[in-house]
Amino acid sequence: MIAALLVPTATWYLVLSAILFGIGTFGVLVRRNPLVMFMCIELMLNAVNLSFVTLARELNDINGQTIVFFVMVVAAAEVVVGLGIIVAIMRNRSSVTADDLIELNG
Amino acid sequence: MEFFVFGCAALMILVGAVGVITRSHPVHAALSLVLTLFGVAVLFVAQEAHFLAAVQVIVYAGAIVVLFLFVIMLLGVDRVENLRTEPLTAQRPLAIIVSLGLIGILVAAFTTGSGALHERGEGINIPDLSTGTDANTTQLAESIFSDYVVAFEVTSVLLVVAVVGTVLLSRRIKSVAAETSK
Repeated sequence: MIAALLVPTATWYLVLSAILFGIGTFGVLVRRNPLVMFMCIELMLNAVNLSFVTLARELNDINGQTIVFFVMVVAAAEVVVGLGIIVAIMRNRSSVTADDLIELNG
Repeated sequence: MEFFVFGCAALMILVGAVGVITRSHPVHAALSLVLTLFGVAVLFVAQEAHFLAAVQVIVYAGAIVVLFLFVIMLLGVDRVENLRTEPLTAQRPLAIIVSLGLIGILVAAFTTGSGALHERGEGINIPDLSTGTDANTTQLAESIFSDYVVAFEVTSVLLVVAVVGTVLLSRRIKSVAAETSK
């Protein structure tokens, strides 16, 4: 009875990915360092990947794993461009928080 | 056994994720991110996505985190951020409400909608002695290079655009700088 209850089902994985997504959201909303905000976006992407793989197994469909592959490629490109932008912005600046980017403030 | 694997991986994921958002030092946050990414890779293996687990470790835990650490060192921003002060009033309580509400909505959707999941695919090959040890990789490759070959080619264009754009972004334009300084 207890052994049957302790087998992780798809809902466990999906709830774990929801919690991971929530932690990532909290980090993006709260942290000030743009690099750490980027890491929190990676957390959210990984939560989505985890739920894709879980649903691929649950639905018995390989397309779920295929789209995770594409999400990884796009995430790699996004990190490259994002870090390039951060380097270009932050090169001549001593402060590192996102609040200091107020040149367009009227 | 599966419960034990799930518990350990979930613990790794959650400890790493909390570390990313609570460590004030960006290098520590990046190393916590590695812990989370390894935990996700373990769960990929537990769900028979072996190729994706390998890619997760190589691309995410390898390349992307190294890129993060490289940029942290390049910018010299490996400084401790003061997390005690709260620049915007009531931002953190509101953020807690938003993220908890998001988790609640997602969990409610998963628990109520799990009955709507029907097996609709043609099956995932699980590597064993009869199908060969690379069944997952073979099946994923057949899916990518037959059904999604156009998307795969477009992805290569995306990567070229990303690389060229990053080179342009991070290049110092010497001639313009010299003219403006005259």
